[in-house]
Amino acid sequence: MSARQHFRDAAAKRVLIFDGAFGTQIQNRKLSEADYAGDLGLPADQKGNNDILALTRPDVIADITRAYLDAGSDVVSTNTFSANRISQADYAAEGLVADINIASGKIARELADEYAAKDGRPRFVAGAIGPTNKTLSLSPDVEDPGYREIDFDELVAVYNEQAAALVQGGVDFILIETVFDTLNAKAGIMAVKQLERDLGHEVPVMISMTLTDLSGRNLSGHTVEAFWYAVRHAKPLTIGLNCSFGAEQLRPHVKVLSQIADTLLMIYPNAGLPNELGEYDEAPETTAGLVADWADHGQVNILGGCCGSTPEHIAAIAQAVAKAEPRAVPHPEPAMRLAGLEPFTVAA
Amino acid sequence: MNQPSSSRFINIGERTNVTGSAAFKKLIMAGDYPAAVEVARQQVENGAQVIDVNMDEGLLDAVHAMTTFLKLIAAEPDIARVPVMIDSSKFHVIEAGLKCVSGKPIVNSISMKEGEEQFLEQARICMDYGAAVVVMAFDEVGQADTKQRKIEICKRAYDLLVAEGFPAEDIIFDPNIFAVATGIEEHDRYGLDFLEAVKEIKAQCPHAKTSGGLSNLSFSFRGNEAVRRAMHSVFLYHAIPAGLDMAIVNAGQLDVYDQIDPTLRDACEDVILARRSDATERLIDLAESYKGKSVADEKAAEEWRGWPVERRLEHALVKGIDAYVVADTEEARAARAANGGRPIEVIEGPLMDGMNVVGDLFGSGKMFLPQVVKSARVMKKAVAHLIPFIEAEKDLLPEEERKAKGKIIMATVKGDVHDIGKNIVGVVLQCNGYDVIDLGVMVPWPKILASANDNKADMIGLSGLITPSLDEMVTVAEEMQRAGMTMPLLIGGATTSKVHTALRIDPAYEGPVIHVLDASRAVGVASKLLSDTQRDEYVAQIEDEYTHVRDARAGKSQSVLLSIDDARANFYDAFLSDKPAPPEQPGVHVFPDWSLEHLRTFIDWTPFFRAWELHGNYPAILTDEVVGETATQLFADANAMLDQIIAEKWLTARGVAGLWPCARDGDDVTIHLAEQEEHVRLPFLRQQVKKSRDRANMCLADFIDPNGDWIGGFAVGIHGIDPHSARFQADKDDYSDILLKALADRFAEAFAEALHQHVRTTLWGYAPGEQLTSEALIKEQYRGIRPAPGYPACPDHSLKPILFDLLDAPKNVGLTLTESFAMWPTAAVSGFYFGHPESQYFGVARVGRDQLEDYATRRGVDLATAERWLRPNLD
Repeated sequence: MSARQHFRDAAAKRVLIFDGAFGTQIQNRKLSEADYAGDLGLPADQKGNNDILALTRPDVIADITRAYLDAGSDVVSTNTFSANRISQADYAAEGLVADINIASGKIARELADEYAAKDGRPRFVAGAIGPTNKTLSLSPDVEDPGYREIDFDELVAVYNEQAAALVQGGVDFILIETVFDTLNAKAGIMAVKQLERDLGHEVPVMISMTLTDLSGRNLSGHTVEAFWYAVRHAKPLTIGLNCSFGAEQLRPHVKVLSQIADTLLMIYPNAGLPNELGEYDEAPETTAGLVADWADHGQVNILGGCCGSTPEHIAAIAQAVAKAEPRAVPHPEPAMRLAGLEPFTVAA
Repeated sequence: MNQPSSSRFINIGERTNVTGSAAFKKLIMAGDYPAAVEVARQQVENGAQVIDVNMDEGLLDAVHAMTTFLKLIAAEPDIARVPVMIDSSKFHVIEAGLKCVSGKPIVNSISMKEGEEQFLEQARICMDYGAAVVVMAFDEVGQADTKQRKIEICKRAYDLLVAEGFPAEDIIFDPNIFAVATGIEEHDRYGLDFLEAVKEIKAQCPHAKTSGGLSNLSFSFRGNEAVRRAMHSVFLYHAIPAGLDMAIVNAGQLDVYDQIDPTLRDACEDVILARRSDATERLIDLAESYKGKSVADEKAAEEWRGWPVERRLEHALVKGIDAYVVADTEEARAARAANGGRPIEVIEGPLMDGMNVVGDLFGSGKMFLPQVVKSARVMKKAVAHLIPFIEAEKDLLPEEERKAKGKIIMATVKGDVHDIGKNIVGVVLQCNGYDVIDLGVMVPWPKILASANDNKADMIGLSGLITPSLDEMVTVAEEMQRAGMTMPLLIGGATTSKVHTALRIDPAYEGPVIHVLDASRAVGVASKLLSDTQRDEYVAQIEDEYTHVRDARAGKSQSVLLSIDDARANFYDAFLSDKPAPPEQPGVHVFPDWSLEHLRTFIDWTPFFRAWELHGNYPAILTDEVVGETATQLFADANAMLDQIIAEKWLTARGVAGLWPCARDGDDVTIHLAEQEEHVRLPFLRQQVKKSRDRANMCLADFIDPNGDWIGGFAVGIHGIDPHSARFQADKDDYSDILLKALADRFAEAFAEALHQHVRTTLWGYAPGEQLTSEALIKEQYRGIRPAPGYPACPDHSLKPILFDLLDAPKNVGLTLTESFAMWPTAAVSGFYFGHPESQYFGVARVGRDQLEDYATRRGVDLATAERWLRPNLD
């Protein structure tokens, strides 16, 4: 059975649980430069390059992943949000992109298989691809709105390199997450399509948008609905929202997406809004209560956490939705659904 | 001005196209991109729902121009909100464009010109970028010119694409609009072929769309704008009903269909629909007289300037002319002021009347969206002129009265952009001393709630025009409830209704929810809600009304049902010795061909106009201020067609009437046929709702004497419309087709009336000297009734087969019944005759389980069948 089908079958039975944040978990371990740098001999400081820990402190990454699996995660992600050529160049580590992704994929794969073997419940691995810090839709130069720092083909190549390595490391799906620029996501989709053609088999994608303002748009200006129409051609295994704000603020947008998206819906919000110290202090029970409300209304298929969430949050969510019915995927009438920044449906 | 987020027909702006706009080309060639971006912005403001971008110019680096322009407009939210159509004949330019567009665009175009392989390769690339595509009807042989080629090529392309996994709903076919009236005979059918091909392509290619470039059509009339505009409008008028979903259109190149000079319109229609062999010559001859029409235009312009100001304002709104609207508005205001009137009256009077005309024309497909947008702009200009006067009026008030009477948050809900109605309500409320905070269009609920709380508003008013807005209003109500709010929620807009408000919105929110029918009611509603003395009573009254609506919907009206036994005991006690004498001519009478000329005098015209959505009674409707002109025209067309129908004997009116001895047996009437031993049983239903005072629970059987009486039946049908209807449909002449069908229906009703009179005066003969005017007939001022199965007094359609057997209707009048008891042909009427002077129409309304079970037994059917038959009358 294909991983896509296997996952869908599992999601048909109950609300599945994704993992939570890696960043805050790593920070809590107060690692030193030596921990990060290991013996790679890179010419730049590595402290803060969380992704490289897959090579230098794989035990830390494995511990965190294990904690999420213990908390009840059905899907765990690789710690590879910035493991792309553009972001790694900041650490002079662009030459290690493939190594980091393969190693990270293997850690998650082995643990997922170990837990699945233990209790017979399937576990899945999502290879995480972040947006990079470059944007295809916006000019960084206010004087020249037509300027772009990067072009589509370059970004496709960057994503393709990372996705190929993740698949080599054993992931089931590619998770294009925290999409602040819809065109970046389209480049990610193109990269995976090319990879599928190179490999000769399907690589399902999960796509997750992040909102930058409360009215429900991402940084490139797309509404949730317009975003869905812009990426629907990827036939994603899941569509959803992550990061952005806390669950409370995401609620209306979850409802919208839940009604229109004819695929599984995955939501993993931050643990509330950051406090004045920039820390997330929403209690696990609070987050769980908020997201469980969506589950109770049949609006979600997969729930997890983003910034500030901990294994305790994930455990609380898993417990809160254990009995909830998963969202029934709707089947909207076929219609031409175009998008600018806003959706435009051509009536049948 | 904003556009709806979904639409039935789509105007694609063509002004950012170097091949379509000389001005845009000049800007791009000169590298003046900021000015070129402004062209795009204007286009979106003017109502383009998708913008077409084309940089195909030999002297231009098309890839550079395309990507530069697309990146620049991506930075402009006002422009980037609509989807882009990337238009080029060079696929590498298209692909370069696709790499710059973040939403879901349309590619225009790909085709099988270079063979299937390249076609599919390009389609796959479009799919990888998630774009919809326009597929030109072009194959290895060339561009499709005939209807057959257009259909074949599109179907072949469709099958290939769908097999490749391309979503059918993302395919748009362009079956090529070619120039007509070129003088070359082979081109005569180009217009008609396109229209027919579109219809067929839509039928053969499910979910696919169609499009076309309109300006080609009138290519032979370059320089003659009047003719070109007329041709484009006439073409769209026929193409949209044929299934055309979108067109690349210069909104400035369209006229209001109804307002095209009829001679020119007919000539254009002759050409486009290839209605006559000399159509081209005639249009060319006629076109001469429109050439350099500017002189005549000026004259026409002068002419309308001489009209009374009210009519000028209407004309300006319908035509979208804003040049004089401020002056005219001022004139109307000053005239009112001179008579002590108020500025608001200009809005409530001529401006709203004018917008109603626009709404009617748009609703009937005779105005197109870009024109409506222009009208809205004129309206806004007029209102803007009046606002300072309205404000000044307020300043004159004493301090005490100047204090706002209340604060109202208004918004068009998320997903909807229509704001004309909301703006009018806002202005009316402001004029009446309310503080209105208008949040604009596309307002998400969190903003509405936050604004209401922050401003300590007294109430919220939601507006919406499109159907999905109804759901969004429910969401707002749910969220208000969730937020623990209690302030009143007002609901308004064209698709909203009291029923929807009562059924869906009101239950979602515990605070008062009130549907406001139109702007004129808003002030009354607001003042009651803010009145200390009236509020509670008003809210209770509305709540009561809505509860009633809900109960009625749920079939749980408060009315109490009697048991069927009690209802029977309260039967209608007719004075049976008044029963009519036996018929002069009992038995079945067949009328194979009743005179249409005679029937014409029996036509009741009011329902005819209603069928055309023209409301009002005939003949007053002909002089009605709003619809009078249209109604008169329609009436003239109808009479012209009637003349032709009668002169050329298009239709045949066949009828049958029967009169039989009978008796009442409980709620049944049994018919005693001489040739049959067993009686035919007609089971009727009895009212069961408890009546007030001494009113009876009626049943049709009550009008029949148990000790012997007479009953009749009839069926009439109008035959022969099919060939004419087919001819009109082939001509794409929907207007005549609908007209014919509407007239056939009128003939059937007229026949029922005429036959009934013949029965009363002659066949049954109980009213031999009856002399009634047709008006009196329409008002049913005669003795006896003819209730039809399926109508309120006799709601069960399944009595029709019994009636048809009695009359042998299939043989005698060529009428048949479908499995759901509908009559065929559809222009038909059948029913029973009751002759008792006290017999009358009534509605059976709701019946109880006990009657249902009893009825099933009487009919000899199982309960489920009876339930199906009586569904509308059951809880």
